[in-house]
Amino acid sequence: MIPRQFEYYAPESLPEAISLLNEHGDSAKVLAGGHSLLPMMKMRFAEPEHLVDLRRITELRGIREEGKELRIGAMTTENDLISSALLQEKCPLLVEAARLIGDPQVRYKGTIGGDISHGDPGNDHPALAIALGASLVLQGPDGERIVPAGEFFVDTYYTALQPDEVLTEIRIPVPAKGTGWAYSKLKRKTGDFATAAAAVVLRMKGDTVDDVAIALTNVGTTALKASDAEDSLRGKKLDDVAINEAARLAMSICDPVEDQRGSVEYKTAMAGEMTRRALRTAHSRCK
Amino acid sequence: MASKQTVSFKLNGNDVDAVVEPRELLIHTLRERLAHTGPHIGCETSHCGACTVDINGESVKSCTCLTVQCQDADIVTIEGLERDGALHALQEGFTEKHGLQCGFCTPGMITRAYRLLQENPNPDEEDIRYWMSGNLCRCTGYQNIVKAVQYAAEKLSASQA
Amino acid sequence: MAASSDSVERETQLQGLGVSRLRKEDARFIRGRGTYIDDIKLPGMLFGAIVRSPYAHARIKSINKDKALALPGVVAVLTADDLKPVKLHWMPTIGGDSQAVLADEKVCFQMQEVAMVLATDRYVAADGADLVEVDYEELPVIVDPHKAMDKDAPIIREDIADKDEVGHGKRTHPNHIFTWESGDKKSTDAAFDKAEVTVREEILNPRVHPCPLETCGCVASFDKPTGKLTVHITSQAPHLVRTVVAMLSGIPESKIRIISGDIGGGFGNKVPIYPGYVIAIVASIVTGVPIKWIESRIDNISTTGFARDYHGIGELAADKDGRIKALRFSALADHGAFNSHVSATKLPAGLFNICTGSYDIPTAYCRVDAVYTNKAPGGVAYRCSLRVTEAVYLIERMIDVLAQKIGVDKAEIRKRNFIKEDMFPYTTAFGWTVDSGNYHAALDKVLKAVDYEGLRKEQAEKRAKGELMGIGISTFTEIVGAGPTKVCDILGIGLFDSCDIRVNPTGSAIARLGTMSQGQGHATTYAQIIATELGLPSDEIQIEEGDTDTAPYGAGTWGSRSTPVGGAAAALAARKIRAKAKKIAAHLLEVSEADLVWEIDRFQVEGNPSQSKTMKEIALVAHTGDLPEGMEQGLGASEYYDPPNMTFPFGAYVCVVDIDRHTGEPKVRRAYALDDCGTRINPMIIEGQIHGGLTEAFAVAFGQAIPFDESGNHLGNSLMDYFLPTAVETPHWETDETVTPSPHHPIGAKGVAESPHVGGIPCFSNAVVDAFAHLGVTHMDMPHTSYRIWQQCHALGIDEGDAA
Repeated sequence: MIPRQFEYYAPESLPEAISLLNEHGDSAKVLAGGHSLLPMMKMRFAEPEHLVDLRRITELRGIREEGKELRIGAMTTENDLISSALLQEKCPLLVEAARLIGDPQVRYKGTIGGDISHGDPGNDHPALAIALGASLVLQGPDGERIVPAGEFFVDTYYTALQPDEVLTEIRIPVPAKGTGWAYSKLKRKTGDFATAAAAVVLRMKGDTVDDVAIALTNVGTTALKASDAEDSLRGKKLDDVAINEAARLAMSICDPVEDQRGSVEYKTAMAGEMTRRALRTAHSRCK
Repeated sequence: MASKQTVSFKLNGNDVDAVVEPRELLIHTLRERLAHTGPHIGCETSHCGACTVDINGESVKSCTCLTVQCQDADIVTIEGLERDGALHALQEGFTEKHGLQCGFCTPGMITRAYRLLQENPNPDEEDIRYWMSGNLCRCTGYQNIVKAVQYAAEKLSASQA
Repeated sequence: MAASSDSVERETQLQGLGVSRLRKEDARFIRGRGTYIDDIKLPGMLFGAIVRSPYAHARIKSINKDKALALPGVVAVLTADDLKPVKLHWMPTIGGDSQAVLADEKVCFQMQEVAMVLATDRYVAADGADLVEVDYEELPVIVDPHKAMDKDAPIIREDIADKDEVGHGKRTHPNHIFTWESGDKKSTDAAFDKAEVTVREEILNPRVHPCPLETCGCVASFDKPTGKLTVHITSQAPHLVRTVVAMLSGIPESKIRIISGDIGGGFGNKVPIYPGYVIAIVASIVTGVPIKWIESRIDNISTTGFARDYHGIGELAADKDGRIKALRFSALADHGAFNSHVSATKLPAGLFNICTGSYDIPTAYCRVDAVYTNKAPGGVAYRCSLRVTEAVYLIERMIDVLAQKIGVDKAEIRKRNFIKEDMFPYTTAFGWTVDSGNYHAALDKVLKAVDYEGLRKEQAEKRAKGELMGIGISTFTEIVGAGPTKVCDILGIGLFDSCDIRVNPTGSAIARLGTMSQGQGHATTYAQIIATELGLPSDEIQIEEGDTDTAPYGAGTWGSRSTPVGGAAAALAARKIRAKAKKIAAHLLEVSEADLVWEIDRFQVEGNPSQSKTMKEIALVAHTGDLPEGMEQGLGASEYYDPPNMTFPFGAYVCVVDIDRHTGEPKVRRAYALDDCGTRINPMIIEGQIHGGLTEAFAVAFGQAIPFDESGNHLGNSLMDYFLPTAVETPHWETDETVTPSPHHPIGAKGVAESPHVGGIPCFSNAVVDAFAHLGVTHMDMPHTSYRIWQQCHALGIDEGDAA
């Protein structure tokens, strides 16, 4: 219940935050919403000596449209996502998914940036970012770099983010009109991590698939892009045969950990089932 | 090792200061230093919601919040809902509709419902269950809690009309 | 004669028995002004943090306190060696065993208490606990109770290895605790041998935990100058704690004060005496300052009194019409590493032999074999009234199994076997005399309310389409109100209970009882009982429990004995007062007692109602000199009530569960619960109890478990995994009632709080199995998680593809 001692900083600017991270290296951690990190610190599974709180860097929070992109500040909370009229209109996938994360209190504090950069395979935003073809803007002492979501997640608790970098923004190409979308998440109860989940973004051309993105949550060491499943659908009619084949291919890349949510076999099967449901739902939303 | 900090914030409308280590959790500051034992501790993994308070217009689990994060914050706890001897409609509703038994989840539950009704003055049953799902109760089975919140919603709307 | 508007008004003003009056205790809780254990702060108080074993079975080679003691703010570190001088490193358990207070040379379950760090605040205490260095040598672990009595099984309890009994008869193996039998084996075996139909199932009741929202804790404060020990504690049984503490410490009971204030839920979790309490008490005696110990949630789930862990075998013998001729149940009981089982001395398996349930069964036999394993101690807890949940689960599952075997409808088979209305009081094959019941009426009412025939029709249609829909029925009789002292005692102390009432001159009253509310609303319900008996408004009757300095002796509230025993004591104490009041009224009105009738709140002269004296008027007179010759002043009475029997609330529950065959997800579509608890004191409070008990039953049936790996490591002991449903998962509950008073209870009440849990679990479980019944499935063990249900679907090959 009680964390170890640490020093706490709440810098007012991004350069200040980066400088603190640079100074303390591996013994420092960024504090965003705190609802992944603080529980770990209370159990003493994480013991940073320095905590750099980003809450006062107001430019990191907000959602805007910039050209053909939606740009979401890393400190934007799940609740911000849910109540955003802009997202409801232009990227409802994020709204639907955010509603399935945590519980109401967690959603006031939990941030999209924290969810992505924590590297927990159970978090939902990595798969969503991959499915949306998002880019992640990282700021460090040497300046800014942009990493595609598909290259950001390396291993459990291990992303492309360097210890002296801060994830500042998530950039999402505005989905074209008529794009279908769905996030199908199987969980034991409200607030639980996914037993398995699938994010789907879908463009149809008539009754064949023009393009599709499928990404899976919590069935591997990171979120997984189901590339083979995607390939199997492009140019095809989205019927039951195709959907089942895509699900089979999605299952073939799964490597979940057995835990109280279920066995490897169950989680893999559920990744398949969530893929099916997400594809069907996304299809029904294509206009 | 860690230097203590003085944190100043508003607690139920009153200015307070606390001198704390950075690691001190808000729930402990409220309960141990500031004598506000309404919010309770029911777990250590941020699941139960018994510690819920209202910070700057948001429902927050005070066990997952460092006091040092609350500089200049506006914090409301269950103790702040009764004004000049008049109970908040939620406090009335929980009594009228038997929305509590042992009372341990009640402060967090009511404080959460308080913010819910600010944001959604007319929630239906499904809304209430969904938007209160961060607060666990072992005694009531939630059914009368839903009724209590609906009672309060009606009363607050009527007084607005 | 018809009630006049005046008498209706007087009755209403009482807010007495039967009224859904609002609760008196709410005022403080809605303001956040309850006084729970962690709210208690005493000057000079130290905080105790327990160091716990990471291993399930290991020798302690050494404990090094140096680093912990060097931390500023750490005052002391206690280990077993520090408790040895006062012989409190071990303590006797309620189950007739002994339990390590702090591990002495070895640990026997993961997270067993090894040391306690005392520090100036909980932050330093936590840091200090991390600095205590313990060197362990791991030993082989027993997690499976079926292996506990293997020839080469490691011996868990070396401390009693030479004892051939631990309180309940001969042991046949070092890991054997007891074997308990009930009923007539010979005649039962004979009935099975010649039966037309027999059924047998292995039925697990998994280890679960009551998990009240508030964890356990205490503040122990020993005052050296006066020698008085005061312990604020989360205890459902404060007097029993006081007596045990006196026995353990040698301090006279008159110098021990146990105070249970507001308790954030008990459900049986807060009956046992935990090592943390004992260490805190010793620490306070040694240091002379108050010591606070509050456990964490993970501590609570992992080390305090769990429930169930019964590995059962159910057998029924019947004729081809499903009339049960004999019942033969057995259970392997996993008690963990110490037998701290909360049960009456003579009932080591609690009331398990209530397992004939609501049915007229001519002969029966049951047996429980209890063993030690490397897990936390416990067994009786969680709204179960002493193994009643286990018993009722078995019989309600087995009657469904029997129904499926012979192809009889599951409601119909129950009707064929019910104890009939004219058979009460009915003595079961195990010797319990069920006080009253009307099972046919209850079941008929429910079946009609849910349109049972319509549901079966719908089920048939859905099955034709390959969909899974289950209908669960539970017609339970349970047994509460422990209990007659001839049968029920704890360490020799009988399970009577008491009420002490004093009426004030100005007509209000205070009543103190030996029970202990943890949310059941005693401050309101007891006041209602007394209000009706005394004709005084329940608003003006103050109820107190929990302070052993003032409350009369009682065994506390374990989850369903308060109304049957405490409520009876309250009614009878009030009647003693009314008897005295009658004498005073007769004296004042100058008539004989035989001329008086009691009407709501006053004595009236028969035939001349204007001649009357209210209880309020009498209360004042009772404190004056105007009393009958020889009568003492005052208007008060005590009653120590030894119940003549247990009470037997019953119910009929039906639920509908739809199962998603692709994911295994169950969804309770409808749940209808009819309860008969005899006289209903406060319908609003009863309904609240039913909602709560059903929700806990739902949690048990669909998700709760305390899983271990082979090394005895916990696999899911936090709220991340231990299933506590939120408002989203929790179904909507429909409640109903019949009223069949208990003939032996002063107000005919039976108690209700445990029924919904006892009856709900088999109802939900039966529905899940019923969903697969047409595919030949006869039983599925709990918890019915999506994963486990999917495994059943997968085994049947129905988890994939479109509907058949």
